[in-house]
Amino acid sequence: MSYRLGVDVGGTFTDLMLINEETGATFTAKVPSTPEDSSIGVLNGVARICEESGIDPTKIDRVMHGTTVATNAVLQGKGAKVGLVTTAGYEQTLQVARSFCPGGLGGWVTFNKNPLLAPLELTIGADERMDASGNVIRELDEAALRKSLEKLKATGQVEALTICFVNAYINGDNEQKAAKIAREVFGDTPISISSEVVPEMQEYERTETTVMNSYVRPEMQLYIDNLQNALHDRMGEELQLSLLRSDGGLASARSAADSPVNMLMSGPAGGVTGAIYFCSRAGYDDILTFDMGGTSTDVALIQDSKARVRRETYVGDVKVRAPSVDVRTVGAGGGSIAFVPELTGALRVGPESAGAVPGPAAYLKGGDKPTVCDANVVLGYLPSDVQLGGKMQISKEAAEKAVQTIADALDIDLLEAAEGIIRVANEAMFGALRLVSVEQGYDPRDFALVCFGGAGPLHGNAMGILSDAWPVIIPPGPGVLCARGDATTTVQDEATRTYIQLAGDVSKEQLLADLKALEERAAQALIDDGIGKQDHEVVYQADVRYVGQAFQITLDFTEADLQERGLDVVTGQFDAEHEQLFSFKLSDGHEILMIRAVVKAKPADLALPEVGSADAELKDCIVHESKFYYDGAWHDAPLYDRAKLHAGIVVPGPSIVMEMDSTTVILPGHEARVDEIGNLLINPVK
Amino acid sequence: MTARIIETNNTPLKKVEVEGVTADIIENALKNARIEMDAVLFRTAMSPGIREQGDCFPMIANKDGKMVVGQFGSFIGPFMEAYNDEIEEGDIILTNDPYMCNAAVSHLPDWLVLKPVFKDGRHIAWTAMFGHMSDNGGMVPGSIPIEATNIYQEGVRIPPIKLYKKGVLQSDILELILHNVRTSQWNRFDLNALVAACNTAGKRCVEMANRFGDDVLFSAMDIMLERNYNAMKFIIQNFIPEEPRTFEDYLCDDGMGMGPYKIKCKMWREGDVAHFDFSGTDPQAQSSVNFYLNEDMFKMFFGSFTINVVDPHIVFNDGFYDLVDVYIPEGTLLKPKFPAAISGRTHALGRIFDVLGALLGSGAPEQMLNAAGFSDSPHLFYSGYDTREGKNNEWFQLFQIGFGGVPGRPAGDGPDGHSLWPGFTNVPNEFIESYFPLRIERYETIPDSGGAGLHRGGNGLSVAYRFLSDGAIGIHDERWLVYPWGVLGGQVGMRSTKKIVRIDGSEEWLPSKCDGVKVQAGDLLYFNTWGGGGWGDPLKRDPQLVLADVNRVLATVEGARDYGVVIKDGAVDEAATKKLREEMAAARGEIGVFNTGPSIEELRATCLAETGLEPPVQPVFR
Repeated sequence: MSYRLGVDVGGTFTDLMLINEETGATFTAKVPSTPEDSSIGVLNGVARICEESGIDPTKIDRVMHGTTVATNAVLQGKGAKVGLVTTAGYEQTLQVARSFCPGGLGGWVTFNKNPLLAPLELTIGADERMDASGNVIRELDEAALRKSLEKLKATGQVEALTICFVNAYINGDNEQKAAKIAREVFGDTPISISSEVVPEMQEYERTETTVMNSYVRPEMQLYIDNLQNALHDRMGEELQLSLLRSDGGLASARSAADSPVNMLMSGPAGGVTGAIYFCSRAGYDDILTFDMGGTSTDVALIQDSKARVRRETYVGDVKVRAPSVDVRTVGAGGGSIAFVPELTGALRVGPESAGAVPGPAAYLKGGDKPTVCDANVVLGYLPSDVQLGGKMQISKEAAEKAVQTIADALDIDLLEAAEGIIRVANEAMFGALRLVSVEQGYDPRDFALVCFGGAGPLHGNAMGILSDAWPVIIPPGPGVLCARGDATTTVQDEATRTYIQLAGDVSKEQLLADLKALEERAAQALIDDGIGKQDHEVVYQADVRYVGQAFQITLDFTEADLQERGLDVVTGQFDAEHEQLFSFKLSDGHEILMIRAVVKAKPADLALPEVGSADAELKDCIVHESKFYYDGAWHDAPLYDRAKLHAGIVVPGPSIVMEMDSTTVILPGHEARVDEIGNLLINPVK
Repeated sequence: MTARIIETNNTPLKKVEVEGVTADIIENALKNARIEMDAVLFRTAMSPGIREQGDCFPMIANKDGKMVVGQFGSFIGPFMEAYNDEIEEGDIILTNDPYMCNAAVSHLPDWLVLKPVFKDGRHIAWTAMFGHMSDNGGMVPGSIPIEATNIYQEGVRIPPIKLYKKGVLQSDILELILHNVRTSQWNRFDLNALVAACNTAGKRCVEMANRFGDDVLFSAMDIMLERNYNAMKFIIQNFIPEEPRTFEDYLCDDGMGMGPYKIKCKMWREGDVAHFDFSGTDPQAQSSVNFYLNEDMFKMFFGSFTINVVDPHIVFNDGFYDLVDVYIPEGTLLKPKFPAAISGRTHALGRIFDVLGALLGSGAPEQMLNAAGFSDSPHLFYSGYDTREGKNNEWFQLFQIGFGGVPGRPAGDGPDGHSLWPGFTNVPNEFIESYFPLRIERYETIPDSGGAGLHRGGNGLSVAYRFLSDGAIGIHDERWLVYPWGVLGGQVGMRSTKKIVRIDGSEEWLPSKCDGVKVQAGDLLYFNTWGGGGWGDPLKRDPQLVLADVNRVLATVEGARDYGVVIKDGAVDEAATKKLREEMAAARGEIGVFNTGPSIEELRATCLAETGLEPPVQPVFR
């Protein structure tokens, strides 16, 4: 027997899922996260899950891990002191930050910039210059640079160093020369250079991204080293630790530690991967994911069971050029606080959140402000009288008291106020769904809507009604889906170069040769991890636009596509996508900005677990009679135990399906069918 | 003259009861539709001006033309008065002529698209958007000729016309217009994008009407307007004094040797209504620096500046217009008579914000008064035929917006080299270098250019452009003569300068506003913008913060003395600092609210010595 373990460290909880690689049987555990050192939470979780399942830790071969260590370092300003070397004259690129002030007209009045990730005190200019075609206009003054670096070193403050020169995206020679001197001066201090981390045009974005890599690198390195050592102690030296990257691929522990800028969205990527895992097996390849947590909701659009990857990652108000699954976040979640500004008398929900502490009023942890969660309790969607394996006490009284403040402010009754809160929150989250679908030229009605996270299944049916995306899919274990996602991803790496050539000027042979060279580079990381070439899957990409556009689309294709269709694989595909997005296309002037090779390990298929008890009838699955309030009236709604529901069974609404980590609401006029995989498929009753 | 809307379904929309939460949901949905308009535009537009710098403004209005969501207020009322024709379903109106739409757009390069939204034959709403086109024809590339003396020189004038008639593109008209501009391909895409954005928002309005009911949508829009009315009523009651308050500021010059021009405004309240009276503002200028200010747009400036105080989440709109009365005398800089030139209006537009900020803030300076900041979007034009090898003498035309020092504010220091305009960003230098014959040798803020203060002003930006091809440049900037003022003891910010170092080594100061300056490959231009004024007493600023700015090369050891801080060997000399601060405090008189620097007479007297440029002469008005 061999096992793999998925571990997702979130803001509040660390979720674990242990999977038997042969039978597909799973065990789950949820332990509190330990933000001061999240490896403690992980190890607690490992101890818990092994104890509860009775499985010997040494039977675990692989730990696959989604982590927010890098993200938190950024959000909490706890990263390294970064030294920065730029081209002379460009020292203040980060200070000017593209001159952008957020907010509307007058937004500047209250805007205060966060401290720079690389302080100006630790920034020096190097005498060198590259032109936009990659020709050296001025050689690097090595002696002068050495002097400046020695002075910088003497401050004793630099914990990580970044080198970013103008136009280095097209030629990194001067950066390499500078790095060589820097290594001589700085010894062990980690050095990140922009032409390696992100060889892409735009000096601010490239500098910020490379600096970000330096900023989180010492912390990530330490975390990964510690975790790996501790896991080796418990599970043996053979154990392989991998980390989930923002783009949904897996990275080896070593490559994660070197390029932590690629790990910033490690958490949300796990959810998307988990959703794809269950939905594709159920025959749904086009889905919208809806991951509703305590403080925010993440949504993404998946087509052909592939997540859209964008070339940017957002953390707080920092944006970096690192590929991440195209997840959009809105500041509305279960903990979002409702309030009524006195003057306008409008009902607002979020973006302030009660978080884990003090939490919603109903959790009796000191919170007294009305939240979305409290409204769910008041309306009966989140039953307060029955808990399944629940360790959380829920007080309906406290929730009612909190929501009553909204009712009073609006001069309406309690239930109306609670429904109002839910509807306003739903509308905000629907806005995010529109953003990834309608706004990108996709009709949500062509997609299924998969809902997970702690609160997703509570709101899923309502979101289905708003978006008309059916069925609404509630996968098994929706509360620990990220951990499942972590456990089901494959190792991946990529290599990129700036191209900037007209498609008409490039031959098929030349493009293929250039891509092959990149493939070679990307494959190396997998080979280093012991994954042989026969197990590689290769996808090529090109970022394309019409000349003059300041916008690009990333296109995927394979070697076979290129062989068969030639450059049309780029231009034809681009025209089609352009027309889909903008309702028109041009026939020529395609510019290839970047090319890329993405190399993945082929996935090993896991067995799926068995679903429910085959002989149970619907009524046997009822654990309690309850009721909820919907659309101005109370409805009787039985509570079902999800663990008992088997494939083919149909649960009519109004009803509530409970499981350990989540609660699913099925509204009147709808029903949920359990499929072979164990998903709940909610549809309107015809 | 009024427009007539033809409906095939004459059932009037009814005012119905809308429960509060439904109104909230419609409010959110409309807000999403507006965000979507921006998104559609950015994806589709092609010119760097719109795509990278975000120079564009969307709006959704109710049936009566009142803006329910958007930014710069509605212009549909004035348009309807001016447009003498029928409007039908599927029509899309295009205009760029400020004189034909009561200055809904304020110069010709802003092209405005307007779409009536119909459902089941009934007119239910409007969507509109305008964006700054890279070129509009006329005297100079970029179509902002400083020396234009009438609007005919500023390029193609488009009166309100139907670009689409009942859904059909009037391609003859479109081709006629595009034939008159230098960047027809960019304009074609950008216009296409504006139309796509309006169509998208129109579609969303129809969907909302389907979802909630036509009458409910119609009535909910009224509720949104009413919310703004109530919020602004509170603001006006609490922030606008009954006692009149006056402020005046200046535009340095008109680019043709005259200046400064005074902008004056008096503000007071009568009952619920705030009054703004621009009497005393100088008559219109001879050149294109006039700003034809729409009264409603000024109301919007006022509202959006203040409403955040009450409900930052509110969807801001037109609902409060009845609470504000604006008077702008005809024939002045702010309401020039046709056919005055107006393309260079950006400077006076920016200065309006300094005036407004001063009027609103001086009632509670500690909480609400900002210094004068980078209230402008100055620009550089560079055009010509690319003479570099392999470039085939291709025509190029660059339009670069500049950035500068945000003022010191109650909230803190002003950011360095930033924009005061929503959504504006610079164009990456690497982008420019790869598409234009330019090398940007330095891109850095100017030490000490932000006015000293407890909260210092942001630094101006110095951009060193090395031209790699022969061509011509145009410069449009301000505050080279009249200082950006400081408040509450804060010092004035440094003024803007433009210096060109020719390939032969000779140096020359260029005027703040000039067109058609020939440059040669190898010439180097320093485009230096101005710093923000300081806020509060600089002698009270923590010396360690002053030292930090010096270490960051944002200030100099010499500049630290403006704060009374003495820095020696990289550390604050505490004793010397104490002494210097005492001396400075004793030497200066009473601290006033505003520090505008030397008088106009003094500025004229020192102009040549300090700026290298002749002072402008007192304007002569005809």
